[in-house]
Amino acid sequence: MSFEPKLLGFLCNWCSYAGADLAGVSRIQYPPNMRVIRVMCSGRVDPKFVIRALELGIDGVYVMGCHIGDCHYLEGNYEAVKKFDMTKKFLSFIGLDNRVRLDWVSASEGVRFGEVVTKFVEDIRELGPSPLSGDNPDLKLLEKVKAIREAASDNRMRALVGRQRKITEEENVYGEKVSEEKFNELMDIAMKDEYKRNRILLALEKDPKSIKDLAVELDIDPSIILEHMLTLKGRGLVDFQKIIGNTPIFMRI
Amino acid sequence: MSKEKEEEEARVGVFVCHCGSNIGGLIDCHKLAEEAKDFPNVAYSEDNLYTCSETGLAAIKKAVEEYNLNRVVVASCTPRTHEPLFRECITEAGLNPYLFNFVNIRDQCTWVHMKYPKEAYDKAKDLIRMGAAKAVKLEPLDMVMVKINPAALVIGGGVAGMSAALNLSRQGFKTYLVEKEEKLGGRLNSLYKLFPYNIEASELVGNLINNVQKAQNLEIMTSSQVKNIEGFVGNYEVEVEKNGSSQILEVGAIIVAVGSSLLNPEGLLGYDGKKRITQYELEPKLKNKELKAKDIVMIQCAGSRNDERPYCSSVCCMTALKNALNIKEQNPDAHVTILFRDLYTPGTDYEEYYREAREQGILFVKYDVDKMPVIEENQVKVFNEYIGTEMIVPYDLLVLSTPLVANDDNKELAQMLKVPLEANKFFLEAHVKLRPNDFATDGVYIGGSAKWPVDITESISQGYAAASRASTVLSHETLEVEGATSSLPEYNKSLCSGCEICVKVCPFHAIVKNENDEIEIIQALCKGCGVCGATCTNQAIVIKHFTDDQIMSEILAYGGK
Repeated sequence: MSFEPKLLGFLCNWCSYAGADLAGVSRIQYPPNMRVIRVMCSGRVDPKFVIRALELGIDGVYVMGCHIGDCHYLEGNYEAVKKFDMTKKFLSFIGLDNRVRLDWVSASEGVRFGEVVTKFVEDIRELGPSPLSGDNPDLKLLEKVKAIREAASDNRMRALVGRQRKITEEENVYGEKVSEEKFNELMDIAMKDEYKRNRILLALEKDPKSIKDLAVELDIDPSIILEHMLTLKGRGLVDFQKIIGNTPIFMRI
Repeated sequence: MSKEKEEEEARVGVFVCHCGSNIGGLIDCHKLAEEAKDFPNVAYSEDNLYTCSETGLAAIKKAVEEYNLNRVVVASCTPRTHEPLFRECITEAGLNPYLFNFVNIRDQCTWVHMKYPKEAYDKAKDLIRMGAAKAVKLEPLDMVMVKINPAALVIGGGVAGMSAALNLSRQGFKTYLVEKEEKLGGRLNSLYKLFPYNIEASELVGNLINNVQKAQNLEIMTSSQVKNIEGFVGNYEVEVEKNGSSQILEVGAIIVAVGSSLLNPEGLLGYDGKKRITQYELEPKLKNKELKAKDIVMIQCAGSRNDERPYCSSVCCMTALKNALNIKEQNPDAHVTILFRDLYTPGTDYEEYYREAREQGILFVKYDVDKMPVIEENQVKVFNEYIGTEMIVPYDLLVLSTPLVANDDNKELAQMLKVPLEANKFFLEAHVKLRPNDFATDGVYIGGSAKWPVDITESISQGYAAASRASTVLSHETLEVEGATSSLPEYNKSLCSGCEICVKVCPFHAIVKNENDEIEIIQALCKGCGVCGATCTNQAIVIKHFTDDQIMSEILAYGGK
């Protein structure tokens, strides 16, 4: 039997949801794989929603909004792009980025709604089931997805992505305009750092560990772990639990 | 008084609608309702033939009472059309309207998965489980009161716009009528006579303009253009530019009556503007009685009902009949042949008009879109579908019945108003049958050919309809608007770091830092998009009715094992 993907769609009320309704009124037929959550604007789709869905083993997540320039709320879809780009980039760290998609479907594009959903179903079907789906999900990967969700929910990443348009399109607090390229570079570094930091935090949640243990468990160089550990300690998220011999053991606060 | 039930444990009632056979014809609604009983917190469920009917609504109220329900889920069509009805119903049953949740199992399920009844059933079941899960988390909300400025703006001074403006001003509302041309009247100014009673267009337009000019409360602004629109229902600020200087109009409602444009006929079926012209170029020739041609051929659907413009322009059949009859009246010896694909003359008067045209000896030849008439210098070769053979019809005047098309600047206006356009770039109403003269956006209405090509009679009706819809807002001093806004609840204030990113992402300037250096959300300005909540660095902002918790519960109800 061929694999039937389990998909979730976030549809903005004004364009995509209306487009999906129009597909219905026009009796456009498309595969029944996607369930829909209605939100008022694609800009409402918090990265953690998308990541959480993947975490639960959903094979693909579709975010749909109004075409650029047509947003009912003026600019919500621009914000949606920034949030989605970050989400997708995070997911690329663990190879799940091709399971999420962002698209624009207007209220008049009933036919197109059917087409893009059909395409998404086909693409995910080709990709196969999510490694997080079924009765035996890949637990190591699951830990990584959790770390990504935490990182994307962290105030540093949220502040960066929230200010992105302001910083790249207008100027920052110092009156400088940062190029999109430069911003992305910074964003990349921040994302990788926060991802690793959250992996450390999650690993420490179960029980206190040494840098060495963490390096083995997370397959990250010990010197990098140490560096992040100091940052985390600075943020008041971890602390020394005890020292065994010469080895400090860290714990989550 | 609404019962205060929010502290109690959620007791969800699920009502599965058959929608006649629209849903029930494909999937087993009774079984769905039965299975819904097993979902968490579902205290009651039933299926109805039509949940939106009197019987269905009574069933909801009865169940709320009998089973002490404090949340209601209806699984049927789309919230875009029926949510207000069910919200009202549960309000009457004593519940807060926001304790209602809609699940769409028709437009987005049975109508689009007709060949997959089993999968459609599973999907409907998932959607109901998700909807019920969200319902459990719903919270009662208060509507936000806004003041209504009892003034209206009508954009477009054609027949629809003038009718609307006249109607509103006569109801006593201050009305601004903005027309981009120097003169009011729009398309009427270029027409000769009007079907089906052949009154002169100038007579109608003259009367209308006269009435509009005499009307009290009505300010006419010609050679003026809308440049910017800000605000919300009851409180719009519109920048109108005239001769380079701008003026701000404050109005409570806006009517879009911008009409349509003529198709540029260049390159169409031998058009040359002299011997081969359009119906609109024929009108002044008839008006000035300067038509010399003896053999006139008209081609219907010239540039419409094809791949590029799939729609029927609706006015061209009657226009052709009218002009053909006028030609015959001016020159009884003229031969008029109308090449058509389908002839639409709906209603008694129009059909009678067609009959008269036949009696006057006007010849009708049906052609097929796959065998388009071939236009030669002095004759048209056309394959007559009725007799199945090619005919040659000589002409000394060829008249193309070209469609009305959407205005080029519709997109610009649509973006200012935040309303959608349809595929052909005409304005798209909220719902073709349920809200034909509304937009989904409160306080903005539509009438006339801006929505679709319509004739004068229909333009007048729609102008009145739009005015009447606008007056439902303007006649109130205050109005309740959507309570599902964003908020920074007291209990989350300590989370707010004061980063002000929300202030920057809010497109409506609804978030400010107040004198106490605290973030404050102005409810009446907030439109509930939720961008601030998804952006808030410390997740302190709550998007009412679409809270993180509510959305997460939907995700979990679908993805949870």
